[in-house]
Amino acid sequence: MLLALILALGGTMFLQSAYTPKLGLDLAGGTTVTLTPVTQNNASPPEEILDRAVNIIRDRVNGTGISDAEVAKSGDNIIISIPGVGQNEAIKLVATTAELRFRQVLAVAATQAPQDLATNAPTPGGTPSGSASPSASPSASPTAQPSTSQSITTPSASPTGKALSSALTAPTQSASAPAQGSADPSAKPTATQKTGQTGQDGKTGQDGKTQTAQDSKTQTGQDGKNQEQGGKKGQEAKSSPTAKATPSAQASTPPAQDPNAGIDTTGIDPAVLQQFNKLDCSNPANRGQGVQDDPAKQYAACETDGSYKYVLDVAKVVGTDIDTASAGVRQGTTEWVVQLDFKSKGAGEWGKLTTTAYNSPEPRNMVAVVLDGVVITAPVIQSPIPGGRAEITGGFDQLSATNLADQLKYGALPLKFNRSSVDTVSSTLGQDQLEGGLIAGVIGLGLVVLYCLLYYRGLGIVAVLSLVVATVITYTSVVVLGHNAGFRLSLPHIIGLVVSIGITADSFIVYFERIRDEMKEGRRTLRAAVEVAWVRARRTILIADAVMFIAAIVLYFLAVGGVAGFAFAMGLTTLIDIVVVFLFTKPFIALLARMKFFAKGHPLSGLDAERMSETSSTGRTTTPQEA
Amino acid sequence: MGLARRLYRGEIDVDFVGKWRLWYSLSGLLLAISLAGLLVNGLNLGVEFKGGTIFSFKATQTSVQEVREAVLDEGVHQVIVQQAGTDGWRATTESLSEDTRAQVQSAIAKDFNVPVDQVSIQAIGPSWGGEVSQKAWIGLAVFMLAIILYLSMAFEPKMALAAIVALIHDLVITAGIYAWSGFEVTPATLLGFLTILGYSLYDAVVVFDMIKEVTAKLGHTSKQTYSMAANNALNHTLIRSLNTSLVAILPVAAILFIGTTVLGAGTLKDLSLSLFVGMIVGTYSSLCVATPLLVTLKEREPKYQAIARRLASTGGGGKGSGKGSKGSKSAAVAKG
Repeated sequence: MLLALILALGGTMFLQSAYTPKLGLDLAGGTTVTLTPVTQNNASPPEEILDRAVNIIRDRVNGTGISDAEVAKSGDNIIISIPGVGQNEAIKLVATTAELRFRQVLAVAATQAPQDLATNAPTPGGTPSGSASPSASPSASPTAQPSTSQSITTPSASPTGKALSSALTAPTQSASAPAQGSADPSAKPTATQKTGQTGQDGKTGQDGKTQTAQDSKTQTGQDGKNQEQGGKKGQEAKSSPTAKATPSAQASTPPAQDPNAGIDTTGIDPAVLQQFNKLDCSNPANRGQGVQDDPAKQYAACETDGSYKYVLDVAKVVGTDIDTASAGVRQGTTEWVVQLDFKSKGAGEWGKLTTTAYNSPEPRNMVAVVLDGVVITAPVIQSPIPGGRAEITGGFDQLSATNLADQLKYGALPLKFNRSSVDTVSSTLGQDQLEGGLIAGVIGLGLVVLYCLLYYRGLGIVAVLSLVVATVITYTSVVVLGHNAGFRLSLPHIIGLVVSIGITADSFIVYFERIRDEMKEGRRTLRAAVEVAWVRARRTILIADAVMFIAAIVLYFLAVGGVAGFAFAMGLTTLIDIVVVFLFTKPFIALLARMKFFAKGHPLSGLDAERMSETSSTGRTTTPQEA
Repeated sequence: MGLARRLYRGEIDVDFVGKWRLWYSLSGLLLAISLAGLLVNGLNLGVEFKGGTIFSFKATQTSVQEVREAVLDEGVHQVIVQQAGTDGWRATTESLSEDTRAQVQSAIAKDFNVPVDQVSIQAIGPSWGGEVSQKAWIGLAVFMLAIILYLSMAFEPKMALAAIVALIHDLVITAGIYAWSGFEVTPATLLGFLTILGYSLYDAVVVFDMIKEVTAKLGHTSKQTYSMAANNALNHTLIRSLNTSLVAILPVAAILFIGTTVLGAGTLKDLSLSLFVGMIVGTYSSLCVATPLLVTLKEREPKYQAIARRLASTGGGGKGSGKGSKGSKSAAVAKG
């Protein structure tokens, strides 16, 4: 089993061709960015708002808890240092304003210049062929068939695909029912959407961006057609999407040139409508992130990929109404969803908003999720969602779903920032410190080995071998975790790991001493003593390790940055200690106990009865009351 | 050689519990000195806590070492030197006065042959600000609570209490040493503290496990008081405690040695020093503070008072915790 574990870790290392751990800021250097707040009339932002921003950014960069980044205020600026070179993506993410607002859609129109889509399709909800919600349909299992050709052959399906590609549902329904919720369940989307999804899922987590762009490209042609449909989303009746999607979508072709054709303008602020008409979403400048939309006003916005533009009602629910957010795969499917839990007040508002939307004619049955003034997705409300829980679906891959969830979870930045400088910096720790640490570590371990061998003789070999096994497992774990969970070793982690070797060694020492006790009593053969001692030692080791593990868990969940990473390393070594002692040390000693060298108590075995117990014979006899 | 051999054979018999007055006064004294140090001197917090000053400039053909020396020569205590980009340099120091800043600036300009106005000065706030520290404190509090709960269940509440008191004892004394010595407290130092927490608890738990095992058999007829039994258990695990401590301290000592002698100030020293001090204090406290404290608490229980009284009247066990260890060492040995 132990061998299997080592092989598995080693194999993972080999497969990922990653043989060295990822190092933290102090050891490997990283990327430092200065963020400058953007304020009206360039006034300094209030101190407490800046502090709040620092804390939010800190939470975001250390969201995984083990990444070891630094965030500091410098005057009005915020300086972020992230370990690793070229972490521009990460920095972009942490500095995103991420004010989330839910707004009911009042009107919608496709963009006029679809060419742009091919190259600028940054985020999730934008892909028409995205993960169609029919995830519940069993055939949605990934067949890794490229969506490309199919999508093109059935362009008519694309509006449906679009509509269904995003949906807001109460998660309770999601497990079994399709995301259509109350909509006609027979409205199973066509094969196109399914393959569309599979195509994307094939790449899930790898490179959402590329894939999205590709998908969009294939859709370009369709969108060209779709725009003729005017209120394209209007076609997606919640009653029977399929019925409408195919035939009527093409049948109803209002003149593409009249911007307001097919749009019900009642209740829309004329100013906003005008804005809407002028809004050119094909120009990426109009849909960049960081626009501060006023939640109390109606608002015209683009979808992130520029494919649609919307007139949106005032924000009824905002980011601060969200309690937590998480990304996950919907049960039984491969579809990534973002789950939201609202705070109690937010839950009420949310219930009202979804009810209103649900009872409105299309396209007003959609609620747009607006992040930084850009519509991420505008799902059709399939049913009122009371209870304060909701799911956003819509073409997410692992990366985009996690990113969105993190942004929502760690709150909205109260300020908008510009990146004023991006620097690659060397380690904060001199190379000399690293080398010195390594040399010292080697010397220290050498001393430990020497001591073990001197004191425990033959048993010392067991101790040393156990340490070697523990070291191998630790190293491979750190490498694998570094590449899969973003775990970065900083110097304190390394020292912590070295010190934890002492704690690992303690398990052996506890066990060895118990064996020696048994042998001193002289009543048992070594083989029996090894077993009896194990029962007692095991309990001690487990209790002591449990203490360490509790410490690690508490510190991990409650502390920040470096401390969390350190706690993580501590918990890891504790687990490794248990694994090594149970699966290596104990069996190994049991094996040795069969050997004459040990069983007969050879002077060099460390179990030399003579040397251990010259006086214990008296001890044994004088203690009747205890035995 | 005598001591070593006795240690090896488990023949040592130190009256840890009986000397509780000595330990309590010693610890009390250390705690008082530490607290005084914290009040008088306070901790020398690093840039990460207090914020500092960053000097950035561009210079080719220099090294981290040279920049560090150039800055330290101007009376600066802490400096972190980083290379930014290809020939950019960044030296982060503690918060400096107007004068010192100008001094460092001109020194850098002179040493590395750059115009003074090309050496930019930037004040930086703490990266470990109030909120971070606050979270860390909450973490610590929850951690202690969780440990108390766990130890109360695995052992008993009194053991949990004794272990936590010993833990706080270790922390305060380590912090006191930092306060008096003026060593810089960085996040690395804090991580060192946290390791001590785990370590100190681990040690206490192993000892308590043995005490629990030994004292479980105490009854009406036993010839040992709780303190005697506890002392036996302690002596019994003494070799283990010492061995464990040694094995854990050896690498730390090596790092500390290299860190101070070869490298001078830096993360290595900060970290290893707090570990080194904390481990020694931790070993001491699990032997001389946690166990005597536990005994003090337990001896108040009627059951153990009864045993103590009976033994005192029959003269079987000497005076309370005092001399009980003569016959009892062997008892523990037999117990295994």
